[in-house]
Amino acid sequence: MNAHAISAIIRKDLKVVSQNKGVMLPIIILPLILFVILPWVVTLMPFLGDVFGITVDDLNKVQDLINRMGAGVQQELAGYDQYQVFVVYFLVYVMAPFFMIIPLMVSSVIAADSFAGEKERKTMEALLYTPTTDRELFIAKLLSGWLAALAVALVGFVLYAIMANAAGWSQIGRIFFPNTMWLVLISWVVPALPGLGLGVMVLVSSRAQGFQDANQIGSVVVLPVVFLAIGQVSGAMSLSVPLVFLLGLVIWLLDGLLIWLGSRSFKRGRMLGA
Amino acid sequence: MTAVIKINQLTRCFKETTAVDQLSLEVFAGEIFGFLGHNGAGKTTTVRLLNGVIEPTSGSMRVLGFDPQVDGPALRARTGVLTETPSMDERLTAWDNLSIYADLYRVPRVEVHKRINELLDEFDLADRAKERVGGYSKGMKQRLALARALLHKPELLFLDEATSGLDPIAAHHVNDLIVRLARREGHTVFLCTHNLVEAQKLCDRVAVLEHGRLVALGTPAELTRQYVRRLDVQIEINEEQIEGTLHILRSLPRLVISEPVRTNGALTVTLSGHEAIPDLLEILVHKSIRVYRIAAKETNLEQVYFALHDEKESVQ
Ligand SMILES: Nc1ncnc2c1ncn2[C@@H]1O[C@H](COP(=O)(O)OP(=O)(O)OP(=O)(O)O)[C@@H](O)[C@H]1O
Ligand SMILES: [Mg+2]
Repeated sequence: MNAHAISAIIRKDLKVVSQNKGVMLPIIILPLILFVILPWVVTLMPFLGDVFGITVDDLNKVQDLINRMGAGVQQELAGYDQYQVFVVYFLVYVMAPFFMIIPLMVSSVIAADSFAGEKERKTMEALLYTPTTDRELFIAKLLSGWLAALAVALVGFVLYAIMANAAGWSQIGRIFFPNTMWLVLISWVVPALPGLGLGVMVLVSSRAQGFQDANQIGSVVVLPVVFLAIGQVSGAMSLSVPLVFLLGLVIWLLDGLLIWLGSRSFKRGRMLGA
Repeated sequence: MTAVIKINQLTRCFKETTAVDQLSLEVFAGEIFGFLGHNGAGKTTTVRLLNGVIEPTSGSMRVLGFDPQVDGPALRARTGVLTETPSMDERLTAWDNLSIYADLYRVPRVEVHKRINELLDEFDLADRAKERVGGYSKGMKQRLALARALLHKPELLFLDEATSGLDPIAAHHVNDLIVRLARREGHTVFLCTHNLVEAQKLCDRVAVLEHGRLVALGTPAELTRQYVRRLDVQIEINEEQIEGTLHILRSLPRLVISEPVRTNGALTVTLSGHEAIPDLLEILVHKSIRVYRIAAKETNLEQVYFALHDEKESVQ
């Protein structure tokens, strides 16, 4: 394995991606809305009830929801008043699945660009003639998407931690974010997530016509997370520490499976549609 | 002569098409080898096969002593390829494009800077090196792609349409470079081209491919001798023997395929090929015609190419 070649390809991919508006725009805008604007909207919501059409009744409903959740969540939310519960519930629990969208989205957009996009732009051919092995090419392409997704997620997390605490400060009066569940999420689940986006994209890229095409197919990886979000909001489930840990385990296993499948069929010739 | 490329019964099929069909040939060290063929003849596919980028359906090959299927990376470290489309990262600058590939081709760190500058100078791109390639003209991209193919001083160079998109001066410069690389520095050049005039001028030997099959192989001169079926020849003889000679010429339909024409003191006829010249000469001498001069009009690869094409058409 030639680490020098792998790092050269990663450097190239990241440089190319960073110059690509079609890729960078969603990578910047979505986190900005989720992590910077949303915390302030959420903390203001209960007080701007008229604007948002939220009544005391709704706040009670949130309380009802929480009452149905696991002991861990109830324990954490015990000592808070109605408004605080609303804020903490949203910023800590409801946001968690949304946060997971970021590494998924970033990885699949970048993989769409670096597999299908390169095929479309025909920039891949010269790369195929370099003294790299198929495996090195595959690993380099995976790693560049993985690293970019993790970098965005990490920056997003720090940004969000600051914004959530700042926005909630007037009501909570102390640092409430991140809790243990989030720490597990960030250290265990989030690093696994890009693997899903990348794995799926590797499998579909050989069939996709180009970047847009691959990107659309790739966006299905976000679906499971959307279900998670719905589950969380509807109270059907709640993200407790054990559940998050289990979720991470499942994702890591899926990563392994997808990447094994992808690497098995990855041949440099396929990047030419051959 | 050592063969740097040995191809034996190489075949590559895609779904319905057989892109390369039972191809066998050798390319020798230091030679400029022309690979000719119509669009879709299988030239690019062959280059891909020879570099281990795609797999053959059947057959075998050795390139620089390697089996491309097994030792692809080691082989590719010693070949340079100018791909059909420049395949540059258009969002990066020329310099970045070259420096990344210098890394991939393991050009020693200390030499990278010097080497890139050398090549940018060679291809007249030095003053545009920090610009994004997306803003380059077609010919500039092509020149940059050539520079990239040469970064690691490959001993075997594949050029898929080296001068396509270049203006006459740039094309001339590239052709000079190809000759210099082969003649002075001992590189072997595998040149895919449609440009027959260029092939005739540059190549030591050429192969003609038709629907993946090798239909001709040899030096340009050999091929013209072998395949040109219409050869205009001027014959200067003693004025007084002209009538008699005309008579003889008309009686040799196998050799002389047109009605002889008298032009200021000489006769112009179309012969059925190069081999007809000595045959005709022998007959004329035998009949005591005093021949002062016999000159064949120059023939070229283009005629070979069309002759081969016509042959195919008439078979079908
Ligand atoms: N990846 C592929 N999938 C299917 N068919 C292919 C593929 N690559 C090449 N072919 C087919 O193989 C044949 C040979 O193509 P190739 O590109 O080698 O021709 P070429 O001689 O380079 O032509 P040109 O002069 O136009 O560049 C063509 O019929 C082409 O359609
Ligand atoms: Mg071609």
